[in-house]
Amino acid sequence: MMRRFTLIAIPYLWLLALFLVPFVIVFKISLSDVALARPPYTPHFDWATGIWAFLSELDFENFVFLTQDDLYWKAYLSSLKIAAISTLLTLLVGYPMAYAMARAPQEWRATLMMLVILPFWTSFLIRVYAWMGILSNEGFLNQFLLWTGVISEPLTILNTNTAVYIGIVYTYLPFMILPIYAALERLDESLIEAAEDLGCSRLSAFWLVTIPLSKTGIIAGCFLVFIPVLGEFVIPSLLGGSDTLMIGKVLWEEFFSNRDWPVASAVAVVLLLLLIIPIVLFQRNQQKQQEAEQ
Amino acid sequence: MIQFQNVTKRFGDFTAIDDLTIGIYEKEFFALLGPSGCGKTTMMRMLAGFETPTEGSIYLAGQDMAPVPPNKRATNMMFQSYALFPHLSIWENIAFGLKREGMAKPQISDRVNEMLRLTRLEKFASRKPHQISGGQRQRVALARSLAKKPKLLLLDEPLGALDKKLRQDTQFELMDIQEKTGTTFVIVTHDQEEAMTVASRVAVMDNGRIIQVATPDRIYETPNSVYVADFIGEVNIIDGIATPNGEESYSVAWKDGQAPLNVKSPSSFSDGQSCHLAIRPEKVTINAEKPTGADNVVEGKILDIAYLGNLSTYHVELPSGAVIKAQSANTRRISRRAFTWEDTVWLSWTATAGVLLAA
Repeated sequence: MMRRFTLIAIPYLWLLALFLVPFVIVFKISLSDVALARPPYTPHFDWATGIWAFLSELDFENFVFLTQDDLYWKAYLSSLKIAAISTLLTLLVGYPMAYAMARAPQEWRATLMMLVILPFWTSFLIRVYAWMGILSNEGFLNQFLLWTGVISEPLTILNTNTAVYIGIVYTYLPFMILPIYAALERLDESLIEAAEDLGCSRLSAFWLVTIPLSKTGIIAGCFLVFIPVLGEFVIPSLLGGSDTLMIGKVLWEEFFSNRDWPVASAVAVVLLLLLIIPIVLFQRNQQKQQEAEQ
Repeated sequence: MIQFQNVTKRFGDFTAIDDLTIGIYEKEFFALLGPSGCGKTTMMRMLAGFETPTEGSIYLAGQDMAPVPPNKRATNMMFQSYALFPHLSIWENIAFGLKREGMAKPQISDRVNEMLRLTRLEKFASRKPHQISGGQRQRVALARSLAKKPKLLLLDEPLGALDKKLRQDTQFELMDIQEKTGTTFVIVTHDQEEAMTVASRVAVMDNGRIIQVATPDRIYETPNSVYVADFIGEVNIIDGIATPNGEESYSVAWKDGQAPLNVKSPSSFSDGQSCHLAIRPEKVTINAEKPTGADNVVEGKILDIAYLGNLSTYHVELPSGAVIKAQSANTRRISRRAFTWEDTVWLSWTATAGVLLAA
């Protein structure tokens, strides 16, 4: 009994220390007011005045402000849009790759898997900077296209949403490929043969058998991409332009450019609440998958 | 109805099927029997269209099947793993092939219900495959493959995953269904008992070749080679030299020095030709006293007794050291048996009991 309790307690303590406590701090800041001080908000808890005086100074002013300035909800919507589109793009690129991996001869699969994971061995930032080098006006891509004569004027890709999509698809591709690959690898080849035997063409067997049976992998992959992309900051700020509006970027600017910690915290709290929905859905998908396997 | 003409199938430098010519008739229950790796599954997969012959051709109802893809063939297959679609209910699994045909909904529903009745699965129609037992899954697979009324049904080790009792019941069910539907069944199995029970004709295969094709009783009673005799059931193989001593009658001298045996054989052997005498244990009579008037009598000592309940198999060692198996029904209580281990007994059989095979 004691052992079980200890085992369960450790992850909960971990969550408490690294998630709940920081969240409470951020939430508290979101209820505070801006101040020209260090840290740049007020009130601070003071033993002398007591807890009630402290609490009475907190209010939801910043959350109200978020609804008044259309920058914020536009940024949330734009983030949702970018996250949704890039999840779809990642799926379209990742599914064929996962499919090819699962169909590859057994002895190749480990190598292919390595190649998918290999980019993680270098720093994420370096890889994004590399894309800046590739996509810029004088970058490798434009030079190559000019050299082959496909274009006569360099394309402007860097600092546009296109560059953001390229960066996101590139970065999050492994998160899409791996769960789909896991689902496809388990797929019994004889099911496809059975479908063909019963009158399916190759394509309809794919739609009616392969896709439904890799559904849990697809859903898991989509959430694994969608959830972090929604709050993504590095890619849009490095590859995106001034018109790329994402909530992660807004958050950063509120914190560091405006030094408006309370509003920034309010943005973060709302973002977290938004993320809870897909996270709960993701958990449910995982649970359903586990039940199906039993 | 089905004609294999000089069919050869190679995978790399491995020859799975070697220059095979065979015909399968309409409404027949045909069994391909052989050890694993003998090419029987490859033959079936070629019929279904998942493999194409390297050489030769396969005709189904006179039509060359080589250019016809699996989904356009009037054959259906019941897979060894059953290959039921785990995301679909039993009902949808059975309806799967009918829907692909573009059949109208009410007809699909009629046909599926008919198949559910035939396989006694009505109660499970809305369950998913993982919610039913192995025997039920096997019946779903059968129902699904029969739903499209194929001209030819292929069964790949269909009963391999079932326990013995269930397997026997299902074998009779299969025969029943085959009779009711009038479909040609081709079954692949490595279980000789299963092949003998269900099939009207059996092809015994080895190393990509068909050794013998005949009805189960002919395969058992008159095997055409030592391989077939040995593969099907239990058998005593006696090596010897044949000497003709009358019409269709031979005297067989034992290689290991026993008195010669009298054997009748329709196939002819020349004087001094070495041969094998294959004789089934149940055709050897075991007695405590020397029988009179038997064509062949040998004396020996009981080495071992395998008690099978209804039968006992006696391993009898002859003075030469050869061991002959004799089988007899246990019509008496075991305590009243006339002989036991180490007893001297007499084995006897008639001249026609065995089959004389060329070496």
